[in-house]
Amino acid sequence: MNIEIITSDVLNVVTLLFMAVTGIAIARIRNLFAVVMLSGIYSLMGATLYVILDAVDVAFTEAAVGAGASTVLMIGTLALTSARENATGSSQAIKAAIVCTFVGIALVYASLDMPYFGDPSAPIHHHVAPRYLNDSMAEIGLPNVVTSVLASYRGYDTMGEAFVIFTAAAGVITLIGRGRREKSPSERKTDSQNIMKRKIVLRVVSKLLIPFILLFGLYVQWHGDFGPGGGFQAGVIFGAAFILYGLIYGLGTLRAALPSWVTRVILALGVLLYAGTGVVSMIKDARFLDYNVLASTPTGGQHVGILLVEFGVGMTVFAAIVTIFCAFAGRAAADVNTVSDQGGAGND
Amino acid sequence: MTDLAFPGLINYWIVFLLMMIGLYIVIAHENLIKKIVGLNVFQVSVFVFYISMAKVKGGTAPILDGTIEVFSNPLPHVLILTAIVVGVATTALGLALVVRIQESYNTIEDNEIRDIEERED
Repeated sequence: MNIEIITSDVLNVVTLLFMAVTGIAIARIRNLFAVVMLSGIYSLMGATLYVILDAVDVAFTEAAVGAGASTVLMIGTLALTSARENATGSSQAIKAAIVCTFVGIALVYASLDMPYFGDPSAPIHHHVAPRYLNDSMAEIGLPNVVTSVLASYRGYDTMGEAFVIFTAAAGVITLIGRGRREKSPSERKTDSQNIMKRKIVLRVVSKLLIPFILLFGLYVQWHGDFGPGGGFQAGVIFGAAFILYGLIYGLGTLRAALPSWVTRVILALGVLLYAGTGVVSMIKDARFLDYNVLASTPTGGQHVGILLVEFGVGMTVFAAIVTIFCAFAGRAAADVNTVSDQGGAGND
Repeated sequence: MTDLAFPGLINYWIVFLLMMIGLYIVIAHENLIKKIVGLNVFQVSVFVFYISMAKVKGGTAPILDGTIEVFSNPLPHVLILTAIVVGVATTALGLALVVRIQESYNTIEDNEIRDIEERED
């Protein structure tokens, strides 16, 4: 057997065991700050595992979203609630353990029917996957099959996901979008002056990093057709640059650079661009989201269509991440002196 | 097929362990943030399960370049890629609800919230 394959299998099992250890630690530790950090580590190990298992696009997304964005949001929530968990009753823990044991045994029993890990003759690899791998070059003309499937073959599905993200962001705005107390401009000024006096290293380093993060976001957006990347990842990376700016310089400064109406318009424009691309192909006498008719050649049309819908996804994801972050940070700003105080807790 | 003997099904079994840890956290813990973290643990383990099924032994990432013959299955990758982003959006919605619960009940422990509710009835 090939030594490379053995190494990757061993790495795979070891990473999974590490994840199990982290999971048990998450279950046992009652300091919620540590729990949130561990859940970020858990996600990051998941991302490592996806690289080992050949899912580079997924690893990219998990590292940006699971380990980055959701950790920031959870810390934001901790700032608004409490960072300590009460002890749970032992009777409840025992009941839960019994339920989990039985479900686990049932799952293992069910898995005995499954094809072995990595088996090329497993049914999953002989349904639609061969069509994607063999014909997508001729039909779509893009090297990255994941992008072809995401934006073209399963374009409806991805449009639904974009709308789910749009709806979630709208829901967060409805729930906690309005801070309980708007700050007056003079208060904002003193806030930013306070911030300026502290954290010189963070300020300088973030100013150096942010342009490169934005540039990298754009690269991921437009290079997603040829390598790992695409709208989902690019949106989160682009949003991360603004979140970093907000964490270091305070919400007021972020909102001065990127007012809330701008992110809301981008949020809506993204899904509009996606659905609009579908409508244009309908006007051109094809089916909804059939990109073949968008340019003179079918593959040219696919190129244009995929570029547009990926850009739509990127816009929506970017705006959703920034909007959600600002909603949490805005709530916190009403409670404590500056947003940056809690943001600092996340960075230390 | 001796090539497949390791990891065989072990991969899936560890994933089931991860799922059960997540489920345990959701059931056993009263703290709502901890419950959401538990859901995240469960969610990531489901993702790993899908991606494990997509793996083809000796295959590589599904990016065509003409010289490679064996690829892992791209379809689960697509499903999970979008699921991750939707996951963070729904997590954010859940956390927003937790913030509102904290504001109206001044606690995020499920049992304390139930006590307050009962007293009000």
